[in-house]
Amino acid sequence: MTEALFWLFAALAILSALMMITRESPVASALWLIGTFFALAAIYTLLGAFFIGIIQILVYAGAIMVLFLFVIMLLNLGNDYQGDIRGTTWKAVAGGSSLVMIALLARMFGGETAAPLGETAGPQVLEAQLAEHGAVGLIAMPLYREFMVPLQATAILLLVAVVGAVVLAKRKV
Amino acid sequence: MLTASHSLALSAILFSIGVAGVVIRRNAIILFMCIELMLNAVNLAFVGLSPWAGVEGQVFVFFVIAVAAAEAAVGLAIVISVFRHAETVDIRNFKLLRW
Repeated sequence: MTEALFWLFAALAILSALMMITRESPVASALWLIGTFFALAAIYTLLGAFFIGIIQILVYAGAIMVLFLFVIMLLNLGNDYQGDIRGTTWKAVAGGSSLVMIALLARMFGGETAAPLGETAGPQVLEAQLAEHGAVGLIAMPLYREFMVPLQATAILLLVAVVGAVVLAKRKV
Repeated sequence: MLTASHSLALSAILFSIGVAGVVIRRNAIILFMCIELMLNAVNLAFVGLSPWAGVEGQVFVFFVIAVAAAEAAVGLAIVISVFRHAETVDIRNFKLLRW
């Protein structure tokens, strides 16, 4: 059952991603990308990462894509918009480079997957931790214990990004 | 039963679609969307490996999402200021720094 659902959402994600890079209109591209994000959120949930799945919908499909759609609306690309897809040569380059990329990644991922938690590790380990700490605690325990400094650095990064975005988009600073 | 190979294969395919999108498109906003797609493919690899490599992979996905949000905000601000200057988001017109 889980595997069938995985294949369904994987097909949805790949289809939406292909539609995203082939649609002429930026709004259509953005909407197909939201489709990919929802399919990926479903896959995260299937893999047992419930909190990441929810964050994916809230932050990616909610906040980031609304930002994209707002910018598309602000720039008003609708009038006299001409297509931006490159010619056949570039399409061949894109197909070739993505095939090479798939081959390299398959070579890298295809071998023996390392198991730092030992050969007996697997979804049951995650399930045990999930039952012990809950979906949020599963992330929060390591986040606030071992990754405290990176968490603070991310907070500062977000502050800098907010100030930077306002400064860049303002007409006169 | 889902193994790590399932999500790694999907992650490789989505990443390659993102690369192909960056190569064939000329609209700066869509290039940003393709970059978001590639970041998501990497997140999927992290989540898919987390049952075998520890829950730290999911913590990393959290950081990647935060950095992606910051990147989208700054990148779109750059696109807006370039649009104000050049009246277009087509990257053929952004060649001031190319050579």
